[in-house]
Amino acid sequence: MSAQSIMDSLFQHTLSDMIKALRHQPIAESKLISKSLDEIRHEMKSTDPGTKSTALEKLTYLSSIHGADMSFASFPIVELLSSPKFPLKKTAYLAASQSFHDSTDVILLITNQLRKELSSLNEHDVCLALNLLSKAVVRKKAIGLTFRVFERCPDSVRVLFKRLVENLESSDQGVVSATVGVFAELIGRDGRDGREYLALAPEFYRVLVDCKNNWVLIKVLKIFAKLAPLEPRLGKRIVEPICEYMRKSGAKSVVLECVRTVVSCLTDYESAVRVAVEKIREFIGEGDPNLKYLGLRALSVLAGKHLWAVGENKEAVIKALSDADPNIKREALRLVMMMMMMVSESNVADICRILVNYAMKSDPEFCNDILRDILVNCCRNDYQVVEDFDWYVSLLREMSRNRHCREGEEIERQLVDISLRVKEARPEVVRVARELLIDPALLGNPFVHRILSAAAWVSGEYVEFSRNPIEIVEALLQPRANLLPPLIRAVYIQSAFKVVVFCVHSFLFPCQTVRSLSLDNLASRVSGLLSESSNLANPDACTDFEMDKDFDPRFHGRTGDEEEIAMENVGDDATADGQSSCSNPFSHDCILNLLNLVELALGPLSGSDEVEVQERAQNVLGMVGLIQQEISSDITLVEKEGMVREKKSKASTIVQIMQDVFSEELVPVATTAQERVPAPEGLVLSENLDELDTICGDIIIPPESSSFYLGTNLFGDKISVSTSNQQNEEESEPWSESTSLLAQHRKQHGLYYLPSEKGEAGSSDYPPANDPQSMDDLIDGAQIL
Amino acid sequence: MIHFVLLISRQGKVRLTKWYSPYSQKERTKVIRELSGVILNRGPKLCNFVEWRGQKVVYKRYASLYFCMCIDQEDNELEVLEIIHHFVEILDRYFGSVCELDLIFNFHKAYYILDELLIAGELQESSKKTVARLIAAQDSLVETAKEEASSISNIIAHATK
Repeated sequence: MSAQSIMDSLFQHTLSDMIKALRHQPIAESKLISKSLDEIRHEMKSTDPGTKSTALEKLTYLSSIHGADMSFASFPIVELLSSPKFPLKKTAYLAASQSFHDSTDVILLITNQLRKELSSLNEHDVCLALNLLSKAVVRKKAIGLTFRVFERCPDSVRVLFKRLVENLESSDQGVVSATVGVFAELIGRDGRDGREYLALAPEFYRVLVDCKNNWVLIKVLKIFAKLAPLEPRLGKRIVEPICEYMRKSGAKSVVLECVRTVVSCLTDYESAVRVAVEKIREFIGEGDPNLKYLGLRALSVLAGKHLWAVGENKEAVIKALSDADPNIKREALRLVMMMMMMVSESNVADICRILVNYAMKSDPEFCNDILRDILVNCCRNDYQVVEDFDWYVSLLREMSRNRHCREGEEIERQLVDISLRVKEARPEVVRVARELLIDPALLGNPFVHRILSAAAWVSGEYVEFSRNPIEIVEALLQPRANLLPPLIRAVYIQSAFKVVVFCVHSFLFPCQTVRSLSLDNLASRVSGLLSESSNLANPDACTDFEMDKDFDPRFHGRTGDEEEIAMENVGDDATADGQSSCSNPFSHDCILNLLNLVELALGPLSGSDEVEVQERAQNVLGMVGLIQQEISSDITLVEKEGMVREKKSKASTIVQIMQDVFSEELVPVATTAQERVPAPEGLVLSENLDELDTICGDIIIPPESSSFYLGTNLFGDKISVSTSNQQNEEESEPWSESTSLLAQHRKQHGLYYLPSEKGEAGSSDYPPANDPQSMDDLIDGAQIL
Repeated sequence: MIHFVLLISRQGKVRLTKWYSPYSQKERTKVIRELSGVILNRGPKLCNFVEWRGQKVVYKRYASLYFCMCIDQEDNELEVLEIIHHFVEILDRYFGSVCELDLIFNFHKAYYILDELLIAGELQESSKKTVARLIAAQDSLVETAKEEASSISNIIAHATK
């Protein structure tokens, strides 16, 4: 046995050996580590304490740097702790401090050992013990050579309190420093509010005034920061010394601590605040990014009560928005937001303008931070800070145009919100919406698509404010819109529907049309547009909205016609001035062409596999089909008369009805509205629906519940919905009809039918669409392929 | 209070870790990994403070080593920068122009020095001379003990046990 231990100790890898080996083998490191761990485990079992200690050293290294688990070594550590030899003990203590924590079992074993150490004569032993204790079990503070110990346990604090207070007056700087440190930690810990320590305030004050050591000073300031809110008279006394230090001290850390104290609890004292602001300004102005950052932070704490301080440093803060350091930028942004809260009209506009400019220049992350902050702050308290909604809406448009913008959802919500609730802003919102719809760049940024949806909705809902509805329809139906997600396309189509109805309605009933100033000028506007778009005749020139080649001939035809008619209209207006006030802004051909356009654009969509799009396209096409017939066949509607006779045709009534529907104003509904609807008399809302059985029990439920595929939903996920029993009950009725028809057909043409599977319910059952079994077969078939 | 001290090389290798708050082994590796990522990616001219998980981390780069200390929200960052500098100066004095290799091969000595400097997450000794004196005294103790152990008489006594 002894021979073995000599061998072990002689050939044991020392710590340096192991470290060197690890450094030479960067690739196979983990293997080497596990090999070393095995060696260590073996060595730990040895009887020689020297071997054990080296092994422990290696293990400590592996554990602290490479994260290996040290828990198996707890017992050997304890063994070594009691060794009389200093270096071994030292290693053991280090290992213990690295690996022991509250739940290590062997801690009980060492308590005795520690007590012995603490009363040992050798000061180094005591230090070792203390360092260990502070980590593992209880927090103690030892002051250098004087063996004072402060414990965290509340009981011992009471016991040691007297001793602590004595130490405050000790002549040794180190002692004082440690004592003050202890108090700084004790106060405010565990929810205590430090009232007990108020009695010591005079002592602390003495330290504050006399002390030359910066470390102690900082600790004392911390103590006062916690005590001052409790005792108003305290604040008065410490203001003077603190201002002195702020002005005179050479150490930036002390100045910072003073500023922080003033800013957090001495905000009532004008003189102190003024000095603090002075210092903050110095900090922000310096080139050192650390000081700049800290200055900005202190300023934002101060801004709560003293907004003027922020205003004074406005330029510096705005310059900081473009700093290289993201921390500084964020602080500056926060301060700018606070500045916005300072109530003044021009303020908000200026600040937002500056911010949006910065947003253009910044990286995506910060840009979105800016935009988000603006949006949140402006809509707070029902848009409290926004005085001029026209300006705000154009600001929203600017933000949408930003190529990094990811705040589509919020902007969409706000656009719709404003247009619903702020009537006066509606014309502006419609104007902005038109610009957004026409701008092709917006289609490129996927986050912004939701804004387009809002723009489309607004254009449809408040089309009466629009100057050129035809243009809106063209924008809504442009082929590029097919790149948008289905939900948004659905909104587009529905809005196009509303606009088309509006146009046709104003064509058929010009006197009833809601007159907004702009519509009177429509004729000149249309001709204006045409002179711009006469370039359309030239295929090379592109206007704002690109059209497919298919559309060009359409447009050529249209421009030709419209020019003539527009000319006539203008002429008519001039001559027909005295005659009637109901001049028709739309020409007959204009409307016809509009309807043709709709048909061409939506025709292909009527077979689309997205339910939302298909449904709406079908609606519009149905309507258009109906009107087209009537209008095109009515050649007697000539405009030279300047007045259109009201025709009681089917189309007209329908258009009238639809227009009534669409002109009903939508208002936002309160969330509590549903509760105010009283339940009708005699209606009993029962919890379970067992009684349904008695009502519906006689309906035959088909043997298996079928599953439906709803196709792709709006965001591309596949949903499969299995129908509930109730739905089955409803559908079994029409089934019986069709099944009998099917049976008949089968009898006639049985030859051509595929063999039915498993003879399920005979051949008279309607095979469920997409049922799991047939799907499996399909899949298998695909796999075979 | 300081929650932990971390020394990371420029390549992301850990050179020293000291924990003053309870962190489990898994948490420790996680913290080290996250913090390395954040700090090593920061440019040279940026400020030395990082907001991280509701706490502040103060770091300073000396040659190829990053010295990081994690503190509470209410602590003074400039003070911690001073503490880091204090530590580095003591190391420098002890090793004589300390470099990263010194810390790699004598990591336990670095720990002892750190223990003299910080106790339970607070600065204990602000005088460089005192710390140097203490460490020197400890070293001499170690030396005498080792000499004793390697003396011939001891080896013989050991072998014949």
